[in-house]
Amino acid sequence: MKVMPGFAQQGVAENDSELLSVTDKKRLLREMLYARRFEERCYEAYVERKIGGFLHLYSGEEACAHGVLEAARIGHDYVMTSYRDHIHAIKCGSDPRAVMAELFGKEGGTCKGRGGSMHIFDVAHRFMGGYALVGGPFPLAVGIAKGLKMKGGDEISICFLGDAANNQGTFHESLNMAKIWDLPVLYVCENNLYGIGTRIDRSTAVQDQYKRAAAYDIPAVQVDGQDVEVVYAAAKKAIEHVRSGNGPYFLELMTYRYRGHSMSDSNAYRSKDEESKWLKRDPIHILRNRLIDSRDLTLSEFKEMDKAIIEEIENEVIGFAEQSPEPRVEDLEKYVLAENDPYVHGGVN
Amino acid sequence: MSQMMYWEALRRAHDEELGNDPLVIVMGEDIGVAGGTYKATQGLYDKYGAERVIDTPISENGYTGLGIGASFVGVKPIIEIMSVNFAWLATDQIVNTAAKVRYMSGGQLTAPIVIRSPGGTAHQLGAQHSARMEKVFMGIAGLRVVTPSNPKQAYGLLKSAVRCADPVFINEHELMYNMKGEVPDEEFFHPLEGSEVVRQGRDITLFGYNISVHWCLQAAEVLSREHGIEAEVVDLYALSPLDREGIKASVARTHKAIIAEEAEAPVGVGAEVMAIFNEECFFELDAPPVRVSAANVPIPYNHKLEKAAIPSAKDVIAAALSLFPGKH
Ligand SMILES: Cc1ncc(C[n+]2csc(CCOP(=O)(O)OP(=O)(O)O)c2C)c(N)n1
Ligand SMILES: [Mg+2]
Repeated sequence: MKVMPGFAQQGVAENDSELLSVTDKKRLLREMLYARRFEERCYEAYVERKIGGFLHLYSGEEACAHGVLEAARIGHDYVMTSYRDHIHAIKCGSDPRAVMAELFGKEGGTCKGRGGSMHIFDVAHRFMGGYALVGGPFPLAVGIAKGLKMKGGDEISICFLGDAANNQGTFHESLNMAKIWDLPVLYVCENNLYGIGTRIDRSTAVQDQYKRAAAYDIPAVQVDGQDVEVVYAAAKKAIEHVRSGNGPYFLELMTYRYRGHSMSDSNAYRSKDEESKWLKRDPIHILRNRLIDSRDLTLSEFKEMDKAIIEEIENEVIGFAEQSPEPRVEDLEKYVLAENDPYVHGGVN
Repeated sequence: MSQMMYWEALRRAHDEELGNDPLVIVMGEDIGVAGGTYKATQGLYDKYGAERVIDTPISENGYTGLGIGASFVGVKPIIEIMSVNFAWLATDQIVNTAAKVRYMSGGQLTAPIVIRSPGGTAHQLGAQHSARMEKVFMGIAGLRVVTPSNPKQAYGLLKSAVRCADPVFINEHELMYNMKGEVPDEEFFHPLEGSEVVRQGRDITLFGYNISVHWCLQAAEVLSREHGIEAEVVDLYALSPLDREGIKASVARTHKAIIAEEAEAPVGVGAEVMAIFNEECFFELDAPPVRVSAANVPIPYNHKLEKAAIPSAKDVIAAALSLFPGKH
């Protein structure tokens, strides 16, 4: 078994570390730590039955969303992903309190409690949704790119999805259309080596996912998804390519999720050995240690930061979600169809 | 008013909407250079260009999803699915995304797309080219379903569907594209809700939609001429939402009802209309209402078998007469 396919580590020259300033790196460290604490608090809230349904956590994969979106123009570019979506939304600018309130099913949630964990939407921040059908966002993201190209702006469409999603027909249909019409879409494959409990080598003929983009003549690279600076450097190139009108691009990030696929998953199909190997490549520790080595951070500063984050999440985020009201049952049928659309009655002339 | 064919009416609506708004696009298989299997987009590729009149790969779920995604950023796509049988492949994007995105985003995002597709049994096309899917889509919350029975509706419903903020599925029929009818010369938007009384009568109501409206009209003529029964015919051009009030009002006038559909009976339009009779006007009925539906079989190739599977005006007449004992 190949735990970690050989990285085609492009775009990771030594001096790439210069791409991000120390201030940026420290902020990214804080953001990733915040993401980890946010997700781990969701875990607890689920156990406490404050969160229902399916809950998919991003712990372990933080460098993927943060590295890519750091290179994007937040609030300008359009982003979508699967059901593992809380952190993408927050990095796009969503208020973590509204995300947590959504998980709590409250009116103060991003989607007024109608969406839930798998369906975070924050259109004001151009986070265009979390979707629960594996592979569903592939064509939606090309569609956004089509619209953007028609309108002539320089925004791009960014679609994050898992490795196993690439076995959906929509992957092939969408990459093909993205290429024939040269649309500004960046596909980011978060390859965590599993689709629920099925390891990639048992489900997928070609394990290096970036190679599959070659079938559509789309440029693609595979990089280490645990090192946010590597991800950032690769994403910067990818986004430049897409934004300058060169058509689609496919970026594969090698990563690992620490928790089970969702809360109902025992994780029994993975060996302790494999898990501990990946834990040694924790994205937060990699960046933290680098900042400590370069004397830009001390361990106690890091611990302080962690403590402050935990408190902030507890007091502000959980506090907000707890206090936000439930949606009113009288509003059950709101948002099914447009309200008062004149064309329903034959229009206005 | 001028006479035009159903396909010409569709083509005119496409042309006007493409001309009206640069963000309207049309997409589907063979709709551009080739002009469309049923000519609904003939000449529009030359007029509006490949960026807006788009020949897609044979990727129904993919290009439907693409249209939905484009609609998220202000594009108004009209998606033609060559035959409804192929729309099964796009049900994922239609049902899981277009119909649900407004709700699950708490009203933030909508998918104002139009999907047009011909269903129905044409001549000996076999089981995989004779499906009717309106019953599938009309059961999906968040989706509007309309079905034009004549050129005027084909034009006006498409016009309104493009402008409406909701996703709209337009159910057409392979046998109806060459049907002629009057279409107003001035621009016109047909309501996406409601129903239309297309023939007045006091004795019984024949409810139909799309092609079955024509069986009902033929049946009404025969019932009047040969049996002295005056039938009202109601065109249910909107299948979702169905016009509960219109159905109730007609039954309250005639006290007898038939619902005719080309599809198989189970979980169908007829079943839904029957439920409305039951819920809205049970005590108005003088006799149990009757469904006229297809046999519950995959549509056979053999001509005789195919004919036997699909209802016709004759079946509507027989069903109506069964409600008038002594008139046989
Ligand atoms: C169309 C569809 N089939 C099956 C599922 C059930 N399912 C949910 S997630 C998942 C695995 C997806 O794995 P991957 O794309 O690698 O993403 P990851 O969860 O690893 O981030 C499956 C099979 C689904 N949601 N949608
Ligand atoms: Mg995976």
